[in-house]
Amino acid sequence: MPNTANVTKIIRFSAVDGPGNRAVIFLQGCNYNCSFCHNPETIAQRSETSRWMTCDEIFTEIGSGIKFVRGITVSGGECTLQRDMLIEIFTQARQLGLTTYIDSNGSYDFSKDQELLDLTDSVMLDVKCTDDSEHRRIAAFTNAIVLKNIDTLGSLDKLYEIRTVISPTLMDCEQTVGEAARRISIYPNTRYKLIKYRPNGVRMQYIRDLKTPTPALMSSLETLALENGAASVIIT
Amino acid sequence: MKPLDSKTVENTRERILDTITSVTLTHEQKVSNLSGLAVSLMDVLDLPEHYLYYKDKGIICDLNEGNAPLRPRYIVPDYDLLFEKGCAFLKLSPPTDLQEALNTLLIFYKHVPSVTNFPVYIGNLDTLLEPFVLKESYESAKKQLRLFLIHLDRTITDAFCHANLGPQASVTGQIILELERELQDAVPNMSIKYDPAVTPDDYAEEAIKTMLAVSKPAFANHPMFVSELGERYGIASCYNGLLIGGGAYTLVRVLLGRLAQTATDSKDFFERVLPDCIETMASLMDERIKFIVEDSNFFETNFLAQEGFIRKDNFSAMFGIVGLAECVNDLMLKDGYTHADRYGHSEIADNLGIKIMDTIDAFNSTHHSEYCYGSGQHHLLHGQVGIETDSGQSPTVRIPIHDEPAELSDHLLHAAKFHHYFPSGTGDIFPVESTALKNPSFILDIIKGAFASGCRYLTFEDSNADVIRVTGYLAKRSELEKLDGGDAVLQNTTYFGLGAAKESKILERKPR
Repeated sequence: MPNTANVTKIIRFSAVDGPGNRAVIFLQGCNYNCSFCHNPETIAQRSETSRWMTCDEIFTEIGSGIKFVRGITVSGGECTLQRDMLIEIFTQARQLGLTTYIDSNGSYDFSKDQELLDLTDSVMLDVKCTDDSEHRRIAAFTNAIVLKNIDTLGSLDKLYEIRTVISPTLMDCEQTVGEAARRISIYPNTRYKLIKYRPNGVRMQYIRDLKTPTPALMSSLETLALENGAASVIIT
Repeated sequence: MKPLDSKTVENTRERILDTITSVTLTHEQKVSNLSGLAVSLMDVLDLPEHYLYYKDKGIICDLNEGNAPLRPRYIVPDYDLLFEKGCAFLKLSPPTDLQEALNTLLIFYKHVPSVTNFPVYIGNLDTLLEPFVLKESYESAKKQLRLFLIHLDRTITDAFCHANLGPQASVTGQIILELERELQDAVPNMSIKYDPAVTPDDYAEEAIKTMLAVSKPAFANHPMFVSELGERYGIASCYNGLLIGGGAYTLVRVLLGRLAQTATDSKDFFERVLPDCIETMASLMDERIKFIVEDSNFFETNFLAQEGFIRKDNFSAMFGIVGLAECVNDLMLKDGYTHADRYGHSEIADNLGIKIMDTIDAFNSTHHSEYCYGSGQHHLLHGQVGIETDSGQSPTVRIPIHDEPAELSDHLLHAAKFHHYFPSGTGDIFPVESTALKNPSFILDIIKGAFASGCRYLTFEDSNADVIRVTGYLAKRSELEKLDGGDAVLQNTTYFGLGAAKESKILERKPR
């Protein structure tokens, strides 16, 4: 029996999940439980709408889209929770001449998985909060491995971007953006994506606690990130 | 010359008076339309036997070329020759600097005729101007090119006027791409000849940024055009691949959807209906060409021909088709298939489309057209973009608007099945959503995949842009609104664009 991945959905063309045009595979299940998560249906390890798919079935579904993409991105949920399938998917992607990107919440210690690192071209890493106690409150998880991953991946030039969701009522945004920018300042190919919190998809019980940021706040955080050494900053 | 009945004369006199007194035409548009009305009173062509039947049913259409063509429809002058030798008739010496080069071009353009009386090809501007631009500072070159482009937009009031760039990167091209984003003008239409082996990615992405801002330059599959026409080709008017130093005598089109309505089923279509129609159309084209070459005296007297800027050796003619989608869908229903088995969504339907195109292609490759020296004495097939009065007929081989496949990759691969039939041009237009605007490399990957799959000519545009690609030519959305409100507008293509917006739903394409 071939192995299967628990797949939430597959998008053939994406303009926002790494460089160029990419097919994106979303795997079901996350070990975080962030209040601002805009697709909370992907958090549970099991879902009525997700499908168990073999690697071949995944690439069959991407189908003719392969001709138009430079690579694939595996996202989630948290895709590293299905690490063995990630290895299979990336092995097949490489055989097809495609680049391989991971979109991760950063909880997986990449330094301990040389096989996965070898098969991964780059990673997009969530840095939700640089203060550990705040991170535990937001994501119900420590950020120690996240911060370690910045250096593990950055030093290998495999850190495409870090990103932080910005909501003024979520945390001390200035502290996180400044600190995260300092940490990536030695990696000139890593960009910092600042994502405006939006209430779309967020669970009702959290909506009243979270405020969307003003353009002025986003702009000041962009300046702050650049001042602290981020090579480039993207606001979305 | 045959006599005319008095009813035709009176009708024409009424249309002349309507034109003279129009409140929405500029003076120049009136003069141009009046000359067309005068020629409409002529009856000098020896028309093929069944032509009037097809004309009355709206199946074959000569696209306003008139009853007595006085010049080739599309002229693609050799501007390299102009810069090398100058022009005796216009008393122009070879230019020595950028100012002289731009002045020479602006003078010359005003003497390049076409069906619209405006030049439809204004040169591969980057390669043409690069030696002069490199002698200037960046700022000085940019200022001169800015004035040049503004001059074009305000005096060549016709968005069929087409500039080419590429395939190599150049300083001139870079400046023009920046200026186009800044100027937001509809004229000139523009293509970049794109070759992934030659055009650097960062330069292509710069062109994409401009395309997303002003719906141009469109991307032309350079290796594909070169394989058919050789290196010396230009993209003119909407997206017409033609030989430099030549052009197209005529473009006549068949509306295949309307033709299918005269058939009982696909068997009848292939055995009886299609052969007679395409034979009639080819004969009409040959008769029009014969008049231009043998009777109009154009090639004997016009300075472009006398001084070698164009030569009959480089001319062809364009056999246009429209509405393949509607043709296929009509025949499928008549053959007993259901609505689900339609063009762009069913392999059986697409294969019927391929069989129709193979039939037309095979006819064309055996049909001898005496003066089409530029294309081996055959016509060139052309996927025509439609005109403002078309309704219920999709341009060229496009899938109808509102019936696009869910996945863009399926849409592009469908186009790729058909684009190879049309060396003299066809193309597709895809609006994209805002996420794509920040990632030009996303579009570039799609273009690379599409061209490798066999697509010929593509535009990706921001669905909110002001300058939009209507079907093949450009118009400004703000000008369409002005015209719709009853005001006169500078560019005649705005009139066509407004008709297309109302009749062909061109503002409603599926965003990707």
